[in-house]
Amino acid sequence: MQKIGKQTIKFDKPQTILETASIVGPKEAQGPLAKYFDNLLEDEFWGEKTWEKAESKLIKQAVNLVITKSGIPADLIDFCFAGDLLNQCISSSFGLRELNIPYFGIFGACSTFVEGMILSSILTESGAANNVLFGASSHFCSAEKQFRFPLELGNQRPPSSQWTVTGAGAAIISSSGNGPFVTYATPGKIVDKGIKDANNMGAAMAPAAVDTILSHFKDTGRNPSYYDAIITGDLGHIGKEIVIEMLQTYGYNVKQNYNDCGVLMFDKEKQDTHSGGSGCACCATVFSGYLFNKLKEGKYKKILLIATGALMNSTSSQQGESIPGIAHAISIEV
Amino acid sequence: MNEFFSSLNIMDYVWCFIVGGLICVIGQILIDKTKITSARILVLFVTLGAILGGLGIYQYIVDFAGAGATVPITGFGYNLAKGAIKGVNELGLVGAFTGGVKAAAGGIAAAVFFGYVASLISKPKMKKQ
Repeated sequence: MQKIGKQTIKFDKPQTILETASIVGPKEAQGPLAKYFDNLLEDEFWGEKTWEKAESKLIKQAVNLVITKSGIPADLIDFCFAGDLLNQCISSSFGLRELNIPYFGIFGACSTFVEGMILSSILTESGAANNVLFGASSHFCSAEKQFRFPLELGNQRPPSSQWTVTGAGAAIISSSGNGPFVTYATPGKIVDKGIKDANNMGAAMAPAAVDTILSHFKDTGRNPSYYDAIITGDLGHIGKEIVIEMLQTYGYNVKQNYNDCGVLMFDKEKQDTHSGGSGCACCATVFSGYLFNKLKEGKYKKILLIATGALMNSTSSQQGESIPGIAHAISIEV
Repeated sequence: MNEFFSSLNIMDYVWCFIVGGLICVIGQILIDKTKITSARILVLFVTLGAILGGLGIYQYIVDFAGAGATVPITGFGYNLAKGAIKGVNELGLVGAFTGGVKAAAGGIAAAVFFGYVASLISKPKMKKQ
């Protein structure tokens, strides 16, 4: 493991993504990727009294599912990373309080899943662990309450707003295995271009994604054409267009192989999700369900996954602060 | 029954509908075309209703459109202003503070009461398609 260029980590012994698991809510279950997810919920409460409890159950069950699917006994999993969007990451810590695996709570907003993947890979490659689990969750109803307005208000959503994905994704990174392999990671810098609209997160996060993608290409010497797919986390339709345009000005054409998890998750015409999906679970479930499946099938051999996050909260929005964005990239190859 | 219908002035209802709708259209344009949050639009509408009410302008709209002007949230602002003016006339300066809420008391108490009842008998859910 070594640092190359300005901010990229090269894994000498590529680490294997052993298994993934994904659970999604009712709206995602009607979307175009439904068949790739392990578990589809019929209602957003999932038998719980509150949305927060439902979200805890999501991450708990996704983690249990990935352990079962991997066939690795839970006591052989050395550490786990998890995070979500609620205050003090309560979904993760409440959901995983009975897990009995040493736990790191992390917050990277919607970039949490890839943040966890990078940290897990560093732990396994360094020899500090053999198997590390990571996961992330979000819930439309709890996120609306946390970041915008409670659903009880019956508020209208403006056209630029995105739909927080209800769901959870979890995966296990192992020092041994036959891939798909984590080969490079480019952790991102905080980028703030002064966007203040909490209903236009895609535009706020797109410059961070572009910054990380450019750094990744520069540090590794790779080109967009090296990858079968370049996928950002949750920029949605508006953010996706901004990324394509911005990369064009730097001389990179990514129109052919670039897409966004928030765009893939919903059918824009039929599902009234406005600018597309967002939330920790957007990237987490699209990777754990759809992308991991494509890597296993061999349809994709090399992908660059760039999870994007908006590092604001409701207090900073109310105080008129702009939205700092972050994007972490990870290169996954078969 | 026919007598009841023939006693109605149809145009009153048409204008009520149109004016009420236009107030909502302004709100919809603000949601779609500006970055103002709905909470701020709400405050803006109440304030605007109070200012127009205080200046006596909103009274003309109410006379013309009836519930089309009093039911939207601007009507609440108008009611506050109207109550405050009435309070001053009856009680002097103290009335400016007590009159507004007094005039709006029915609406406020009904909002609290029905809000409470609704919270007991229903559970918030995600909007279905």
